[in-house]
Amino acid sequence: MALLDVRDLVVEFPTRHGTLTALSGISFSVDKGERVGIVGESGAGKSVAAFAILNLLSRPGRIAGGSITFEGQDLTQLSTQRMRAVRGNRISMIFQDPMMTLNPVLTIGTQMIETLKAHRDISEAEARRIAITRLGEVKIPSPEKRLDSYPHELSGGMRQRVVIAIALLTEPALIIADEPTTALDVTIQAEIMSLMLALCKSHGVGLILITHDLAVVSQVTQRVVVLYAGRVVESGETGRVVHNPVHPYTRGLLAALPGEAPPGARLTQIRGTMPSLNAIPEGCPFHPRCDYVQDRCRQAEPALDSLDGHLVRCVRAHELMAGQAA
Amino acid sequence: MNRLAVFFGSDFLYRFRTDPVAVGATVVLGLFVLAAVFAPWLSGMNPHDPAQIDIMNSEIPPVWQDGGAPAFPFGTDAQGRDLLSAILYGLRISITIGIFAVMVQMTLGIVIGLVSGYLGGKVDAFFMRLADIQLSMSTLMLAIVALAVFQAAFGAELFADMAIIMLILVIGIAEWPQYARTIRASVLAERKKEYVEAARVIGLSAPVIMVRHILPNTLSPLLVISTVQVANAIISEAALSFLGLGMPVTKPSLGSLISAGFEYIFSGSWWITTIPAIVLIVLILSINLLGDWLRDVLNPRLYKG
Amino acid sequence: MSEAAAMTRDSGRESGGAPAADRPLVEARHVVKHFDLGGHFLQRERPTVKALNDVSITIRRGEAFCLVGESGCGKSTLARVVMGLLDPTDGEIRFDGTRIDALGHRARKPFHRRMQMIFQNPYASLNPRRTVQQTLEEPVRFHFPKLSDAEVKAKVEQVMVSVGNDPGWGNRYPHEFSGGQRQRISIARALMVDPDFVVADEPISALDVSIQAQVLNVMMDTRERLDLTYLFITHDLSVVRHFGSRVGVMYLGTLCELADTKTLFETPRHPYTRILLSAIPRVTTEEMQPPGLPGEVPSAMNLPSGCVFHDRCPLANARCSAEVPKPQSQADGTLVACHAVEEGRG
Ligand SMILES: Nc1ncnc2c1ncn2[C@@H]1O[C@H](COP(=O)(O)OP(=O)(O)OP(=O)(O)O)[C@@H](O)[C@H]1O
Ligand SMILES: Nc1ncnc2c1ncn2[C@@H]1O[C@H](COP(=O)(O)OP(=O)(O)OP(=O)(O)O)[C@@H](O)[C@H]1O
Ligand code: SF4
Ligand SMILES: [Mg+2]
Ligand SMILES: [Mg+2]
Repeated sequence: MALLDVRDLVVEFPTRHGTLTALSGISFSVDKGERVGIVGESGAGKSVAAFAILNLLSRPGRIAGGSITFEGQDLTQLSTQRMRAVRGNRISMIFQDPMMTLNPVLTIGTQMIETLKAHRDISEAEARRIAITRLGEVKIPSPEKRLDSYPHELSGGMRQRVVIAIALLTEPALIIADEPTTALDVTIQAEIMSLMLALCKSHGVGLILITHDLAVVSQVTQRVVVLYAGRVVESGETGRVVHNPVHPYTRGLLAALPGEAPPGARLTQIRGTMPSLNAIPEGCPFHPRCDYVQDRCRQAEPALDSLDGHLVRCVRAHELMAGQAA
Repeated sequence: MNRLAVFFGSDFLYRFRTDPVAVGATVVLGLFVLAAVFAPWLSGMNPHDPAQIDIMNSEIPPVWQDGGAPAFPFGTDAQGRDLLSAILYGLRISITIGIFAVMVQMTLGIVIGLVSGYLGGKVDAFFMRLADIQLSMSTLMLAIVALAVFQAAFGAELFADMAIIMLILVIGIAEWPQYARTIRASVLAERKKEYVEAARVIGLSAPVIMVRHILPNTLSPLLVISTVQVANAIISEAALSFLGLGMPVTKPSLGSLISAGFEYIFSGSWWITTIPAIVLIVLILSINLLGDWLRDVLNPRLYKG
Repeated sequence: MSEAAAMTRDSGRESGGAPAADRPLVEARHVVKHFDLGGHFLQRERPTVKALNDVSITIRRGEAFCLVGESGCGKSTLARVVMGLLDPTDGEIRFDGTRIDALGHRARKPFHRRMQMIFQNPYASLNPRRTVQQTLEEPVRFHFPKLSDAEVKAKVEQVMVSVGNDPGWGNRYPHEFSGGQRQRISIARALMVDPDFVVADEPISALDVSIQAQVLNVMMDTRERLDLTYLFITHDLSVVRHFGSRVGVMYLGTLCELADTKTLFETPRHPYTRILLSAIPRVTTEEMQPPGLPGEVPSAMNLPSGCVFHDRCPLANARCSAEVPKPQSQADGTLVACHAVEEGRG
């Protein structure tokens, strides 16, 4: 059984201009210890998916349909009380901005020890010992001393490591990381992503890595879900998706990367921009930007097709897979 | 057209329509302004014209009291002036002084604030110290000194003629630091933005950048403090008039009316001072409520947080 | 239009004497920039951010010179000093042979026209209260006051079309556009005055991948078509490989390596460059590896002695912590500032 199973999740934001459907029925699952990437452009709904799983949607957002099954229980049906026992305990979250997690007026140590004591019945000394171990695991030099530091005394990369240490404190089954390294330099990104990769493996923790960087996803995750305008357009084993993408959007994203083209050549660009959620085109939501568009694409929204385990939402999926589409 | 549309973006109007306090304050304020503008047509008499005043009509109570006369809905004052007419004309003077004094403040404040914020360094330090010094003394104190000196130097007669202009100038000059500080703060914030650097890259001169690029982006905070400042100016004027340093009794503002009626309050003629006071309070309240609302709406930090 | 175009071309060559094709277009010589952070007036040593410490670069005509390095290493500061937005603490800036850092406002005007800039943040680089038309007309009217309204309008339209924008956008305000569209409007603004040299400070970092390609394509097209010279700042090395002709790698306010793009990617020499290149994420199923860069970037207020990289460098020795390495020219023209490379220890 999957650790996390998201089925037909619909998230809506009622606004005074009408209801925005940020996620229109997305499904994916994460097995125990599995690392899954969620990629897509800004506004595709990646963060909304993460917040929905943790039941942390900002108002007026609400889950309007579907289920989120985690360790056998449907999170959408849990009481606030029981949800609190899951969030930050069985599922941890890492945000792009470490200060979303860290409290600026408390020392790192206080925050770590309080988090532990909130979820475990342990002594102060025991909590302290665990905190030091975790800080050591994220390669923070002299962790005993760092316990007494305030967040502002640390650099951005260092703070993000502390956040990872906090995320690991309660030995969660799943970590959701929303663009954890987007604001950081490449060397620090490599440091932190390789660290997370190693820790997820050694602790057997599942990971949902949200990012718009396909390169990072390819080097960290085992499976990937590509979101476009609140829909899953492609998902499958990471190697397969990045090396043999089928959906025109995924192909476009990969082709647009400068690293993939010969130097100086024009980059393949996806024309136009992602539609806003209250003006999603009829039929396939990608059709106005698609190079493979046909008449039938404009008529009905294609279903998510399975091509032996590789899911693609495109009417021409079979042709594209076989390399016949022009 | 388009410019207005941006400024009053649909969100602004929506928030306005759905806020009863804002709508209420605007309606009340609107009525006051209309009353002030159309005072000559709304009043039963011209209270500034001695020929129309009959001393025999003095201290008639409002209509709803015994002895009231329908010709004088709010009664009359000690000189026999129709109180309603006096209030309408007084409102006119008070609002005029408020608006013009704020225009003086704004002009001084914008120029000093822009220069200070954009140039920084010694210029900035000089003006801001000056502002600190001026703010450490109250507006009233400065105004009292200035007006008293003027009155003593040029005599009460000339003073009575020049009172409006003097009040506008004195209140205007005394309060520039409020504007200068606000503008300077927004200039400091705007100056860091890349569109200002883009203007410098083009090669535009500092004055052009300040006026064409930075100033229009500091208008929101300006609008917010302007409401508060108009209210403050009206209060300052009322206070000065109450102290006898403002509008003469022959051309009373709301403040002079309150002041003139004050000595009669214990002799039973409570209305002479109370009714203008209520008008002043409601006027100030409506301006301030509107100002608060504007501040909430236009300050994104407050409503996004 | 042809008249306007001719005019802009003419005045393009008015200063700096005869255009010498082999003369570098832009030179920064031994540029030092320190920011004083106020501090108490009784303090003997005021806190100073040493953002640039003796940086020299030479940008040749027609090339796309890229500047890379981690956040805070001084890339934007160098760009601003070159553009005259900041005064250098020491050193000089030359444009087409003329020293420009000490010029007065008036004398600088022709250089303002020839040097333009594109900024990082598409949401802050356009004045929110001005229409696209106003924004685009302003530089033309300022530098070519003699042009008629019709000529200015024609110029705006021509440039808008050339960067792939709809010329009908003129009456709209920046907030009505997406990040990529705004960035293309910014590019149009820079191109309005037919510059020779354009500084682009992380012009695509704030954009989505699919939009980055659009903007990068526009920049490459215009570079070829208008014979532009670019100073392109980025921290994305895959963009450098694609776009750049030469690259300068910076670390903590100093230049560590300056090489042709191809050479740099094939044979990185400076130890920092090597680590930086190894850290670029690639589309591959190989798992991400730690880059092997211990510790943290030191503070620019308290620079390490000797080589600024020595306390994190795998090849450091005693000399590195004592002596500042000078940029040394290699056989292939690459400049490297590293004792280990000089001594052949790498
Ligand atoms: N509180 C909210 N009210 C209304 N709409 C919202 C709200 N939060 C998110 N949305 C909408 O939901 C959509 C998805 O947003 P989301 O934050 O998930 O994007 P994302 O994929 O995480 O993008 P990014 O890469 O920019 O973080 C967006 O179009 C956004 O406008
Ligand atoms: N106006 C300023 N006042 C004080 N310090 C400054 C100022 N501008 C830049 N600095 C400092 O100078 C150093 C170099 O900054 P700069 O902006 O040039 O870096 P950068 O390489 O462009 O980084 P990024 O990739 O983050 O844009 C940094 O330490 C920065 O904090
Ligand atoms: S369904 Fe049609 S429009 Fe949509 S991605 Fe496939 S080919 Fe393109
Ligand atoms: Mg997000
Ligand atoms: Mg920068």
